[in-house]
Amino acid sequence: MAKDVKPRVKVPSSAAAGEVVTIKTLISHPMESGQRKDSDGNLIPRSIINRFTCDFNGQNVVDVTLEPAISTNPYIEFSAKVDATGEFKFTWYDDDGSVYEDTKPIEVA
Amino acid sequence: MNMRLLAGGCALAALTLTGLSATADPADDTLVVNGEINMITHTEKAPDYIEGLSEQYSGWHFREDDTRVMQADDFDNPGMLGVEAAMGVWDTADGTEGKACASCHEGAESMAGVRAVMPKFNEEKGEMYTMEMYINQCRTERMGAEAWDWDSADMVNMTALISSVSRGMPMNVAIDGPAAPYWEQGKEMYYTRYGQLELSCSNCHEDNYGNYIRADHLSQGQINGFPVYRLKDAKLSSIHNRFKGCIRDTRAETFKPGSPEFIALELYVASRGNGLSVEGPSVRN
Repeated sequence: MAKDVKPRVKVPSSAAAGEVVTIKTLISHPMESGQRKDSDGNLIPRSIINRFTCDFNGQNVVDVTLEPAISTNPYIEFSAKVDATGEFKFTWYDDDGSVYEDTKPIEVA
Repeated sequence: MNMRLLAGGCALAALTLTGLSATADPADDTLVVNGEINMITHTEKAPDYIEGLSEQYSGWHFREDDTRVMQADDFDNPGMLGVEAAMGVWDTADGTEGKACASCHEGAESMAGVRAVMPKFNEEKGEMYTMEMYINQCRTERMGAEAWDWDSADMVNMTALISSVSRGMPMNVAIDGPAAPYWEQGKEMYYTRYGQLELSCSNCHEDNYGNYIRADHLSQGQINGFPVYRLKDAKLSSIHNRFKGCIRDTRAETFKPGSPEFIALELYVASRGNGLSVEGPSVRN
């Protein structure tokens, strides 16, 4: 099981109605590919974040499938159009079944 | 202006276009971290005791646009993950005395300015001390904890945390008084050719900075940005680890991280960056 997994997100705290905002996300995770061997020659089992989603007020913004070739600490940046005050919900799915979540509110003036 | 020169022919064309005299120039750019820390990454005049450089450039100037941008925001700088990890360790008691770093030093902000003067002569011990040695002195003598390995993740993360609170301050290591013999030794090493390729530090970082070494631009070899997050390793790298890599690349037997040779070299190389801002943890290739 992956240790010290910690999600982080950066979302502006406010936006104008209809504005396209940039959202940055990063999760600290080793993203072990399953291709590497340890010093004894044994295969190190795969352990990656395999899916990432972002929802805004219940509506899906992005749904990403991550593959083993993606490096340590996957960083995902994307933009979203914000029409009303609400909350972004971020979810990362780990191979080991763990689900990591974070939320960020945004206010539309 | 961010020119990349592939061959002599291109160089000539580029010179004609831009009217510049150097080969592959350092990027003409300024570094402001988080929109508030103004970094000195270039000086018009290097200190007089540096014979081979007329002006100083941080290695930041020799990196690609996107790598440079990465360092301008702590969220984008992967080295800050190490800083964050060290913040947890800072507050966690370890060893027989039941003390954490925070027990004596309070917040890590109290370390502001420390990185800028490292390495430094330790009067009490009578020898040159790097930040790693001060950290281990605290651990073994005050906390009753085990010393960390020079290149362990805990150690490199802690040096990153201590550097991060000095960002923006100019490097200012002392080279006179008791530091002088170390500095002389380091300088001697800097200009000594090592290995089967017979290369000295100066052959690359003084004579050829800005030029290509394989697919990458040589920097001036400044260490104000250490520890650096190296994208090729996807982790933070210590100063001595970098020295080791350089000497290995000359096909020589390298010194060990923490060896007296590398400590002397660290002092000399740090002094070549006196005047540039502390950047650690920086982002490099």
